[in-house]
Amino acid sequence: MSGFFKSSIGRKVAMALSAFFLMFFLLQHFAINILSVFSPELFNEASHFMGTNALVQFALQPVLIFGVVFHFVMGFILEIKNKQARQVAYVKNNGAANSTWFSRNMIWSGVVILAFIVLHFIDFWFPEINTKFIKGDWSGTMAGVDGYRYYEELTHKFVSPIRVGAYVLAFVFLAMHLMHGFTSAFQSMGSTAGRKKTLQNIGKAYAIIIPLGFIFIALYHYLNH
Amino acid sequence: MNLTLRIWRQKDSNAKGQMVDYKVTDISEHMSFLEMMDVLNEQLVNSGEEPVAFDHDCREGICGMCSMYINGEAHGPDRGVTTCQLHMRMFKDGDTITIEPFRATAFPVIKDLVVDRTSFERIQQAGGYISVNTSGNTQDANAIPISKHAADEAMDAATCIGCGACVASCKNSSAMLFVGAKVSQYALLPQGQVEAADRVKNMVAQMDLEGFGNCTNTGACEVECPKGISLDNIARMNRELMKASMS
Repeated sequence: MSGFFKSSIGRKVAMALSAFFLMFFLLQHFAINILSVFSPELFNEASHFMGTNALVQFALQPVLIFGVVFHFVMGFILEIKNKQARQVAYVKNNGAANSTWFSRNMIWSGVVILAFIVLHFIDFWFPEINTKFIKGDWSGTMAGVDGYRYYEELTHKFVSPIRVGAYVLAFVFLAMHLMHGFTSAFQSMGSTAGRKKTLQNIGKAYAIIIPLGFIFIALYHYLNH
Repeated sequence: MNLTLRIWRQKDSNAKGQMVDYKVTDISEHMSFLEMMDVLNEQLVNSGEEPVAFDHDCREGICGMCSMYINGEAHGPDRGVTTCQLHMRMFKDGDTITIEPFRATAFPVIKDLVVDRTSFERIQQAGGYISVNTSGNTQDANAIPISKHAADEAMDAATCIGCGACVASCKNSSAMLFVGAKVSQYALLPQGQVEAADRVKNMVAQMDLEGFGNCTNTGACEVECPKGISLDNIARMNRELMKASMS
């Protein structure tokens, strides 16, 4: 089986597996974040559970980090190999005649998402790791805030219009990435389901609704701070 | 019609090529693209210039030899045709037509528009066959029951003529539609089962060795394929390799 993952198809399958995991994570992330719009208390409870549950922190979180890093690193490796497969470019190439812009530019939408993840880590993940693992504070509270701190931290991040703009832009690129990535992952896994109308529609709905939902959350907190 | 042809000229595999412009006049819209190229070459020969080298053989869309990249698409702007089946009625008087060889590291240019596609043959040799006992006791293939659905799908896959348009059209120069078709045509039939696992492993390994890129499911290959080979064949190849690797 190790030989399988060294083959071009094995690498496709590995990309698809990590993509499925990340798409599931995205759905779960959205489900918790949207709570912040309806109920700050519920959002705080859910965030505290995710932030302190041993299974989430010590089992799922490392898998998530691995999944994110793997998807990006393998994406770049495959892109380099694919570029080597055509060293002389066409003088005239009409890519739009046979494929979507999204499918041809996965690397660029991916680069924007990677830049966003760096920003997102600086905003939320690094401070969270610092609080819990460096300072050893697992209380979920902070001075001057009644109850848990998570809602306060979230709304504080969406004060700057530049940061909100960056988030909105990144989610537009995420939508572009998912427009092709959702159904492509099924094809890579050897399933033709991604080519059927039903799954294509589900894919489009996922690719639009989830990023649009994240954009709504960012704008909601920006306009209500 | 009168046309300007912008054609890739390259003396040999080591030479540095370049685009060169030519004018052709009085081209009939009923001509095939290759007949138009014949007119150009006659013009070049008559003026003492080197004719443009291009691949062709049957000129009826079944041999897979013609291989030009015309106005940014393999076999030109029409669908379901090879270059020899492309008619000049697809173009307008006064057009400038850009003509390039199929581009892929695994398809090196030999001269002008002629590329070396023997990498496809090496992939075929790695597993694109079945072993049949021909000692005199060969079973009649028609005596083996095959469902209509499987027979049709296998036949559809077998219509691949190995022209390389899939590789040329793919932004990654991936050969997975070709290999997927060749794997599928046997995977769907009982005669192909004996060597199924080795076939897919060996053909994919050879494909990787030849330097083709990876498939990112853009679907460009399926659109540009003159025989309409379905992307389903790539999915089947992926399943076949997973199955073979686990056994």
